[in-house]
Amino acid sequence: MATAVTDAIGPEASPATAGGNYLTCDRSVRSWVFTLDHKRVGIMFLVTVVICLGLGALFALLIRTELTTPGPTIMTETTAKLAAALSLGDTRMTPQQMYNRAFTLHGAIMIFLFVLPAIPSALGNFVLPLQLGAKDVAFPRLNLFSYHLFVIGTLFFVVTLLMGGIDTGWTFYAPYSVETRTAVTTAVAGAFLLGFGSIFTGLNFLVTTHTLRRQGMTWFKMPLFVWSLYATAVIQLLATPVLAITLLLLAVERVFGVGIFDPALGGDPVLFQHFFWFYSHPAVYIMILPAMGIVSEVISIHSRKHIFGYRFIAYSSVAIALLGFLVWGHHMVVSGQSPLAGMIFSLLTFSVAIPSAIKVFNWLATMYKGSIALTTPMCYSLIFIFLFGLGGLTGLFLGALATDVHVHDTAFVVAHFHYQMAGGVLMAFLSGLHHWWPKMTGRMYNDKLGRYTALWILIGFNLTYFPQFILGSHGMPRRYFDYTKLLDHIPHLTLYQVISTIGGYMFVSGLVMVAVYLIASLRHGRPAPANPWGGASMEWQTSSPPPPHNFDTPPQVGDPYDFSNLVYDEELQGYVRAR
Amino acid sequence: MTAVDLSHDHGGEGHAPWLAHHFDTPQQQYASAKLGTWVFLLTEVLFFGGLFCAYAVYRHNHPEVFFDGHHFLSTPLGATNTVVLLFSSLTMAWGVRCAQLDQQRGLVTCLCLTLTAAAVFLGIKYIEYSQKWSHHMVPGQARIMAALGIESEHATDHVPGQPAPRGFRPYKEHLMEVLRHSDQERGVVIVSEKAYEAQLEKRIQNLGVFFGIYFSLTGLHAIHVICGMIAIGWLLRRALAGHFSSAYFNAVDCVGLYWHLVDLIWIYLFPLLYLIH
Amino acid sequence: MTSFLIRPTILADTLLRESGSFWLPPSSSSTSPAVDRVFYLILGVCSFFFLLVVSTAVLFVVLYRRRPGREAQKTATHHNLLELTWSVIPLLIVIVIFYEGFVAYMQMQAAPPNSYEILVKAQKWNWFFTYPNGHIDNDLHVPAGQPVRLLLSSEDVIHSLSIPAFRVKMDCVPGRYTYIWFQCDDPGVYELYCTEYCGDSHSDMTARVVVHRPGEFEAWLEEAANFLKKLPPAEAGKYLFTRRCTQCHSDDGTVKTGPTLKGIFGQRHAMADGGTVSVDENYIRESILDPQAKVRQGFQPVMPTFKGILTDDEITYLIEYIKTLK
Repeated sequence: MATAVTDAIGPEASPATAGGNYLTCDRSVRSWVFTLDHKRVGIMFLVTVVICLGLGALFALLIRTELTTPGPTIMTETTAKLAAALSLGDTRMTPQQMYNRAFTLHGAIMIFLFVLPAIPSALGNFVLPLQLGAKDVAFPRLNLFSYHLFVIGTLFFVVTLLMGGIDTGWTFYAPYSVETRTAVTTAVAGAFLLGFGSIFTGLNFLVTTHTLRRQGMTWFKMPLFVWSLYATAVIQLLATPVLAITLLLLAVERVFGVGIFDPALGGDPVLFQHFFWFYSHPAVYIMILPAMGIVSEVISIHSRKHIFGYRFIAYSSVAIALLGFLVWGHHMVVSGQSPLAGMIFSLLTFSVAIPSAIKVFNWLATMYKGSIALTTPMCYSLIFIFLFGLGGLTGLFLGALATDVHVHDTAFVVAHFHYQMAGGVLMAFLSGLHHWWPKMTGRMYNDKLGRYTALWILIGFNLTYFPQFILGSHGMPRRYFDYTKLLDHIPHLTLYQVISTIGGYMFVSGLVMVAVYLIASLRHGRPAPANPWGGASMEWQTSSPPPPHNFDTPPQVGDPYDFSNLVYDEELQGYVRAR
Repeated sequence: MTAVDLSHDHGGEGHAPWLAHHFDTPQQQYASAKLGTWVFLLTEVLFFGGLFCAYAVYRHNHPEVFFDGHHFLSTPLGATNTVVLLFSSLTMAWGVRCAQLDQQRGLVTCLCLTLTAAAVFLGIKYIEYSQKWSHHMVPGQARIMAALGIESEHATDHVPGQPAPRGFRPYKEHLMEVLRHSDQERGVVIVSEKAYEAQLEKRIQNLGVFFGIYFSLTGLHAIHVICGMIAIGWLLRRALAGHFSSAYFNAVDCVGLYWHLVDLIWIYLFPLLYLIH
Repeated sequence: MTSFLIRPTILADTLLRESGSFWLPPSSSSTSPAVDRVFYLILGVCSFFFLLVVSTAVLFVVLYRRRPGREAQKTATHHNLLELTWSVIPLLIVIVIFYEGFVAYMQMQAAPPNSYEILVKAQKWNWFFTYPNGHIDNDLHVPAGQPVRLLLSSEDVIHSLSIPAFRVKMDCVPGRYTYIWFQCDDPGVYELYCTEYCGDSHSDMTARVVVHRPGEFEAWLEEAANFLKKLPPAEAGKYLFTRRCTQCHSDDGTVKTGPTLKGIFGQRHAMADGGTVSVDENYIRESILDPQAKVRQGFQPVMPTFKGILTDDEITYLIEYIKTLK
């Protein structure tokens, strides 16, 4: 392994302060758009993914509202006509087509534009070099390029939207995606670019972790968030190229007809599913691993307890990253693959459950006899354990072959992965956002408001998705626009749907509330101390917000979870190192 | 990656123009660049891996289609291209060595030779592609022609009121002739001419998947060659400006590695597509 | 609806059979009880661990919440035996779950040799069930108490056949065959859904599964096969229309994915390629057998061919029915 950095930063490190912190050193737009500073790139990612989250949530509400009643609710002949008139690609649209586009856009936007990049690209970019004690990531230009690719990819999605959207579902299954007349090629091109952005981010993080660690920081002195980002980078690098080639082939198939996926031309549509899930299952861990990293950080710091089982948590991240590559076939149990393949994939799927369970137990053990402060970040991490726990446990139904056949492609799956993606990733993202917000912006937000909002979101979330477990286990298929015909067969169907919609509105209104008080804190929040929570990793040793080159004085490398010599300073309202 | 073991340690100079601000030492920068390049190459291998996987699946399921298909590829042209690329790898490696030894002129010469070899490779590829084009053997050719505004003489390309069709729609006469010839050479006995023709028709239809994979693989490879040429052109410019020395040759080294990978992929493509028995 | 072909006894059976539980629909096939056992096993494991984790977390938050005069206590930062315990126990549990799931799944794999075979073709957005005597139906009719094997295929995109009450599901993939089997002993009417998203009218792609009492199935099949021949042509056409066409066409003037067929007979229509066509018998016939040949302006050429699905007689019935739509 490459040796870590020499600690040879002499007096030349300090003049950087002259220009103020990284936010104020240069206020021109150009200095943002073409910045090489990982912190600014992280902030730009943050703003972009949050906008995308808003767009995705809008589609979610459209879907939820539509499903409140069995037949057409808000997606009617009239609104469909309006949607067709507004789009550049369609002359007419039926309510069903409108619904199909809404859920596809919701899925594609949320997955590609929010859940995948939210933690690694936005928070990770900001935090990783700081936690390593580095001045930047290894390839700052490439980092910026990742962001630019992300923006261009996002614009492709916007163009797709203007052209009337796509109706394939976010999974782009062939041959439907080959023959549909919606703007699949544009969307696929966008996802292709986003994929490369993701590869470059992973590459940057991996190399940074290898070569830019501050001297004295051995692998086992790295904060667990870094470990999780490292494991994430490995998946991004190994899986995303396969997605890229798959999407490229899909686009080529649509335009030229090379006959690889299209059965009408001699191709094999199941091969597409293999390729797609070879990426997209590991991609689930691209999303959830950094989330687990955040929770490890937050629980330890806000309980003022050394993390329990550091090595087990670190190794379990790597184990999840590697095992995650061997389980893609569990998405295809009913696609006609052989029972033998089904058996092997099922067995391997269960093996991933173990490292996840290890993490949860370690978090609980960390809290044992700690001094637990129910700050907003801690609330979201606890919510994460609640929702991720439920989501993970319901994954057992999907891993076991017999029950998977029954609940596959039903609302049960929808509920399961929303507990993982929205309940897991989004909650961890909110936890991390609140945890590092003072570091990023130099401002404290209203913590009390944060806690109540978290509770509101928890209730809204469970109201939204829990009924879908019941609907799914009764056989309600996913992606159904009109469930009139199911009313006689699934008890209380409409009631569950109404509860789910009410929950959806609670959930989204909670998110809006978060945005409101966080933005308000920029103006009205009190200035943040360097170390508001008492963290021992290196990002808390620099000022809030940090100077452009991260550290004015060389940070000290130590155990990132040893809080014993950090004491609360009433005057600073933050923690300082005891002498 | 093992630790940086460069014999030429110039770390003491610290503020050389090529040392980026966030690195502390040239070794660190070199190690980062090298690791980054290797990791990038890994992703490239996986990128092609998807296509190789598709190749393996279809070859396994339909070996006869691949056998039929290889008759349409010219082994001499493919072999020439293999030699050309091997030569370019040699000149590239030599160029890296020149940079390490501070031989500016040698570096420039080697880069020029590499660029020329790459151009020759693409030239030969162009000849191969245009032969396929003239027999309408490019999947989706009707679409491309319609987009470029070229009148197609092919009867099945004209369906009034509908866009040009996708898929593989070759001139059957040429393909039949080639397949018939190859069957004759292998001593296939034709019992019924009518049944044989029907069988040929079917075999030609099946060739669509072979050419789909052929054009995807070689096309993607050709795009990589072009990217490599751009990168080498950029190196050439910097080399002429005297940016590289024994103290700093990271870029030459990394582009060199990339170029070897492009070469290596062709080394696999050539036998997999051209030399099928 | 085919209700007039279903004996009232079946409707009575449907009302009388066991209804579902809070979690699951009625369990009505020979393999479904095994699936349900696995389901409830996992539900138990889930509930136990979920309550364990959440109650521990809540307990810790209450006991160790930050308050004046209380500091975090130093405890061990790792404990290998503990780690091993909470790795091995879940491992053993998931192995049990895997085994149970696997055993129940294998029961659903190989169909018994005496299975009654029905061909299933999925086509946007209809199910076509072909019986050994050549009868094609949109609903699945099966005899009770006999294993039934469905051979699945698709004409266009991937569909998936799901019968929740039987706990079976399998994709219908274009270009290859897949199959499932089940045996239902409780006569009655069940639901069948398409669970793989297949486009515009995905949620309309449902059908009924009618399980006939032993001995009554053959009589139904005989009757169904000859049913149309006994009706006046236009009425037979209406019967076919409601089963084959209503996913995309209406007979009351509503525009769906395809144009309405109300009053079109004898009209002249502009086509997508610029020409005009007068709607007569031959044009309707051509539209059914070769839908892409002439496409109405403003509509997309998405209609599948019905060659092989509708017989010549049936097309004639449909034409007669369309003529009556004024």
